[in-house]
Amino acid sequence: MSSTFENAIRQDFVVDVVAKPNKDFVVKPLAIWERVLDSDCFRRAMILIVLAAVWQAYALFADNNLVFPKLTDVLVALWRSTLSGVLPARTWNSLQTLLTGYALGIGLGVVITTAAITTRLGSDLLATLTAMFNPLPAIALLPLALLWFGLGSGSVLFVLAHSVLWPFALNTHAGYQAVSETLRLAGRNCGLPPLQYVIRVLMPAALPSIIAGLKISWAFGWRTLIAAELVFGASSSGGGVGWFIFEKRNDLKIPDVFAGLLVIVLIGLFMEGVFFRLLERNTVRKWGMVRSV
Amino acid sequence: MLVRDNQMQFQQEFAATQNSVLLDVKDVTLQYASRTSLVTATWRVSFNVQYGDRFILLGPSGCGKSSLLKAIGGFIRPVEGSITLQGKPITKPGPDRMMVFQEFDQLFPWRTVIENVMFPMTVRPWSRRDCRERAREALEKVGLSSFADAYPHMLSGGMKQRTAIARAMAMEPDVLLMDEPFAALDALTRRRLQDELLRLWDDLRFTMLFVTHGIDEATRIGSRILLLSPHPGQVRAEFSCRSDWDATQRLGLEQRITTMLVEGTEKPQIGVAS
Repeated sequence: MSSTFENAIRQDFVVDVVAKPNKDFVVKPLAIWERVLDSDCFRRAMILIVLAAVWQAYALFADNNLVFPKLTDVLVALWRSTLSGVLPARTWNSLQTLLTGYALGIGLGVVITTAAITTRLGSDLLATLTAMFNPLPAIALLPLALLWFGLGSGSVLFVLAHSVLWPFALNTHAGYQAVSETLRLAGRNCGLPPLQYVIRVLMPAALPSIIAGLKISWAFGWRTLIAAELVFGASSSGGGVGWFIFEKRNDLKIPDVFAGLLVIVLIGLFMEGVFFRLLERNTVRKWGMVRSV
Repeated sequence: MLVRDNQMQFQQEFAATQNSVLLDVKDVTLQYASRTSLVTATWRVSFNVQYGDRFILLGPSGCGKSSLLKAIGGFIRPVEGSITLQGKPITKPGPDRMMVFQEFDQLFPWRTVIENVMFPMTVRPWSRRDCRERAREALEKVGLSSFADAYPHMLSGGMKQRTAIARAMAMEPDVLLMDEPFAALDALTRRRLQDELLRLWDDLRFTMLFVTHGIDEATRIGSRILLLSPHPGQVRAEFSCRSDWDATQRLGLEQRITTMLVEGTEKPQIGVAS
């Protein structure tokens, strides 16, 4: 009996006139609030505002300026130190040292990872060296560095380069290894010499990992620098933010201590929100290698 | 079309009598090292490709046809036998053997379509303006002129493969190596790209080596078909195929190949390499 269903007759038909939906319906512009909510800047600013409000509320509740100052007091301290020129000078000192050490570490990292991806010996060397030195806290090396390089900026740079180099090398190498086989073959097919092949094919192909390495090692560099300054103070070129924090803590000017911390946070936000963001937008995002959300 | 095809056939036959071998593959054995053993992909495979051939390597998966193509590309070295291109042995990858891969990610994501086409040209002694001009021409031939400045991630699969073909062809390689370039496309796009490829060949008369496991694709595209047996790959048969064949003739060859591949009843007869 089921055959009646299977063989149910259906008419062939052709639709001649197709009614098109309204143009506004096919492509509908987003409402303003939808577009505002879509902006990363807006959403992240909201998070910052909420955090600041929580800080202020808790500080008001705790009411102990020595332990946890109000955000407003910290901002006032920040404003004063900035006007007096002390904090900008200290920040500039720190940034100069940091950038030099960072560049040193990244440069070394590029050399080592290039060697690692082109030769087997280099790859073994990188694996062994990272396993040995990555877990070694930079601060633990500081006494030795002071012995070797004296109390100048040389020892800080050494320690900085050490803390930047390994995480960067590790990330970059992982990125190189993750480049798809097809892309490698396509690159080698062009007959590029090894160094060109690394620079023109592997580096851009691994750029998402390389940028992650840059970010991580930037943070590592900051931490090491501030810690080094806290430990041995103002020996190198007049002291940095870490020294500023150390001084103010000795004077029990806690809002100033927080102001120093805030500067580090602000520089971190700037690097993430402006520098790395622009870098990503003009490279990996534009190329469709990384998606937002 | 028919007249032209006959002409073409004549040219090919003429070329054959002149013994114009472009690519000579002789007793090539390819092996892969896995973690525990050596796996033989092909065993003593011999064939040669003449100028203007649309040479198809056809066989079931695991017959080593892609490995053969990679060996000709210079990516893997045969453990036995020799591969020579225009009399010169192949030792490493080079832009005289441009390769089109099956995967869509063969384009460099950080370069626009036209920059991708220009990328391999840097190894050529051409001026930048010349490169751009050549790239533009190549893109026009595959119908992608209006997408020259788009990034690969904005393209559909078919457009990516067209770009890859343009990139390979713009280099004017001695032989175009195609590793199942249409296998990852939908049936409709695949059919369209096959026709486009034939039209391009009609225009430019390049030599290509085309790997596929699709019997219909082989008879549609190829002028000469090499049939390989599975694991390890050995030469099973070699057939000629003409583009002016009617459907029945083509179907006849397809059925014959199918029988050989699926049932293995028919013994190889034509053009068997000893």
